[in-house]
Amino acid sequence: MRELRFAVKHTLPIFFTYLFIGIAFGMLMIDAGYGVLLSVLSALFIYAGSMQLVMVPMMASGASLLTLALMTAFINARHIFYGIGFIESFRKMGWRRFYMIFALTDETYSILCSVRYNDELDPNRAAFLIAMLNHLYWIFGCLIGACAGRFLPFDMRGIEFSATAFFLVVVVEQWRQYRSKLPFLAAVVCALALALLLGREYFLVPTLAACLAALLLLRRPIERKEELEHE
Amino acid sequence: MSETLYPAAAIAVVALVTCALRALPFALFGSRPLPKTMRYLSRALPPAIMTVLVLYCLRNTSFAVFPFGIPEVASCLLVVLLQAFRRNMYLSIIAGTVCYMVLLRVL
Repeated sequence: MRELRFAVKHTLPIFFTYLFIGIAFGMLMIDAGYGVLLSVLSALFIYAGSMQLVMVPMMASGASLLTLALMTAFINARHIFYGIGFIESFRKMGWRRFYMIFALTDETYSILCSVRYNDELDPNRAAFLIAMLNHLYWIFGCLIGACAGRFLPFDMRGIEFSATAFFLVVVVEQWRQYRSKLPFLAAVVCALALALLLGREYFLVPTLAACLAALLLLRRPIERKEELEHE
Repeated sequence: MSETLYPAAAIAVVALVTCALRALPFALFGSRPLPKTMRYLSRALPPAIMTVLVLYCLRNTSFAVFPFGIPEVASCLLVVLLQAFRRNMYLSIIAGTVCYMVLLRVL
């Protein structure tokens, strides 16, 4: 129960993000002629926001399954990097690790990166509930969008900034936590350089790969700084 | 492919590829003790990934044409300042998003 309260508290910012992006997806699906059932199945089994939004016009134009597979690999390749941080902690979670791996979205990843579990909590249970609540919010959003999207009276333009704001909050907290600022610096330099070189739409995955290489090169100075902190 | 089967197959393909990508690091290092390098990366990589994600979210900001990226820059600044000094995540996110939505409409 304590874990559930903790999970609700930490996923609340994502509730709004997922609700609105989910609604956008549901509306797109209905407009393209796919029903409520397919919208909910997508939310349940794909559970990847940007790829779901890209998938709708591709399906509507009859893209081949191979094209869809390649596009998915292209857009979601960033997820390969997320698991690296959780190999050891998910291992302790028993059967629940399979769900944790499946449900490792951008937002769940950033919550798991930033939460601190206090001693009263079972961290595995709390992490599992965080992942599951986010998934439920997403399914709920997609369902609402598919069922009632066209009746919603609000102009929600700009609501997607809540995801950016959330990621930024996590970065500020990490900045406080990490002695060495080199990982942040490496990320900014790699991102700007590759965005200029490859263009705005294509720099994400190359940048993540470049960060990985840069962090390996900077291992000694980073570890020296971080170890001071533990002493 | 039939009209009813195609969307279901499409969703299945996207779901499988997404899940395979998320599972890849676990499949590679799943049961062995984690090499020291990977343990280092698992600590050093998250701040870099989150920083890149923020920049990626802001990729469509245009500084050359009106409103010159003012909504993005001002809202991000607000989020950072609030989080740095008030340290209330909800306040930071809600104020930042409201600021962005308002600036988007008035500018």
